[in-house]
Amino acid sequence: MAKTHVKMHVNGSEVEGLVEPRTLLIHFIREQLNLTGAHIGCDTSHCGACTLDIDGKSVKSCTMFAVQAEGAKITTIEGMANADGTLHALQEGFKQMHGLQCGFCTPGMILRAHRLLQENPKPTEEEIRFGIAGNLCRCTGYQNIVKSIQYAAAKINGVPFQEAAE
Amino acid sequence: MIPGQFAYHRPRTLAEATTLLSEFKSDARVIAGGQSLIPMMKLRLAQPGHLVDLQTVPELKLVLVDGDVHGAVRRDTLSIGAMVTQAEVIKNADWAKSLPILREAALQIADPQVRSLGTIGGNAANGDPGNDMPAVLMCLDASYHLLGPAGGRMVKAREFYFGAYATALADGEILTAVKIPTPPAGHGWAYEKLKRKIGDYATAAAAVIMTVKGGKVESCSIALTNLSDRPLLASAAAAAVLGTSLDKAALASAVAAARGIMYPANDTRGTLEYRVAVGGTMVERALKSAFARAKG
Repeated sequence: MAKTHVKMHVNGSEVEGLVEPRTLLIHFIREQLNLTGAHIGCDTSHCGACTLDIDGKSVKSCTMFAVQAEGAKITTIEGMANADGTLHALQEGFKQMHGLQCGFCTPGMILRAHRLLQENPKPTEEEIRFGIAGNLCRCTGYQNIVKSIQYAAAKINGVPFQEAAE
Repeated sequence: MIPGQFAYHRPRTLAEATTLLSEFKSDARVIAGGQSLIPMMKLRLAQPGHLVDLQTVPELKLVLVDGDVHGAVRRDTLSIGAMVTQAEVIKNADWAKSLPILREAALQIADPQVRSLGTIGGNAANGDPGNDMPAVLMCLDASYHLLGPAGGRMVKAREFYFGAYATALADGEILTAVKIPTPPAGHGWAYEKLKRKIGDYATAAAAVIMTVKGGKVESCSIALTNLSDRPLLASAAAAAVLGTSLDKAALASAVAAARGIMYPANDTRGTLEYRVAVGGTMVERALKSAFARAKG
């Protein structure tokens, strides 16, 4: 099968490559662009470890072909840090609140939480849990992931973070 | 899991898309959000030679409202373009008021990422008995606009599904829009879905649309998801509550009638007997909820 030329914007840079039409976006991102932050967990669109931000939407990149993303603007975990190299509020939140143990789900969690906070800057705990329902974590039991996102929301909104009483 | 080889096409108009489908016939599939088709292709359960991507066909994003006057009552028919995503359904503030069952059902489909790409047209056309929109659209008595090489035709949702992945959609046809007669203001609605976890297909689900007048059920329709090899319209169950105040006896007779038409698969979601049992429970909950929400 002839390869197709694709061009897209990833983390602010224009990138291009040759792909088979059947190449999944996650494979293009990881294997051709060498951006290996996004992970392939289940490969069946359940776990969310491959979540990327594509044209302002959270997308599971194992369930999209690279050719479908022609012309798209994509953010991966490699593009999340602030321009000065400091951690994004979400990355800082996950570090401060111990929002990860093995870390495999973390890039997908952060990308999904990033879009969630764009859509809903002050989510309740319930809204956070519903908003990350497409991302599985097998270590934390989600408690600290929820806190990490609350931490980031507070920081982005410029208000002090108050941990809920347990 | 890597899908089989295919050629990729990205038409810019509906005419281009139908031309491609006419050219490649049964070797072509359209891809809408891809959230059902791509997993099927990865499992090689679907191996189209040509994939026609509808994302850049602007006609399929159109939303239109047609006014229609029945006697003194104006009833609008809402036409939703097939490529409108579940996330867009959820965000639409007008539909949340006029057609709240759509939002209630869309919120129970898959997860946020899947809803950001998955479309109402794809969900309607796919033909998997686990899809949620078919029962909702049957309950609303929606129709689908199907466009093929010979032109367009309308098919009622209630007449569209023949079995698992068997629908009225012919080779070369595209489902372009779903047309929904909006229920009267003050109607009651519910979509009750039992699932093992968020993101799962229904173990059993029931949709209800109802109007109530003077405390009695004036009109009612009920449809069921994943309780047979196709979505089911539970007409006898709906008839059993008409004119009642949804008392215990009416509920019991509706639930029994609904259970009578269920024939779910024995699968990882439960045995046939279990799924029929909880299917009845979903009907009961949806009826009670719709009744409580209806004004009149």
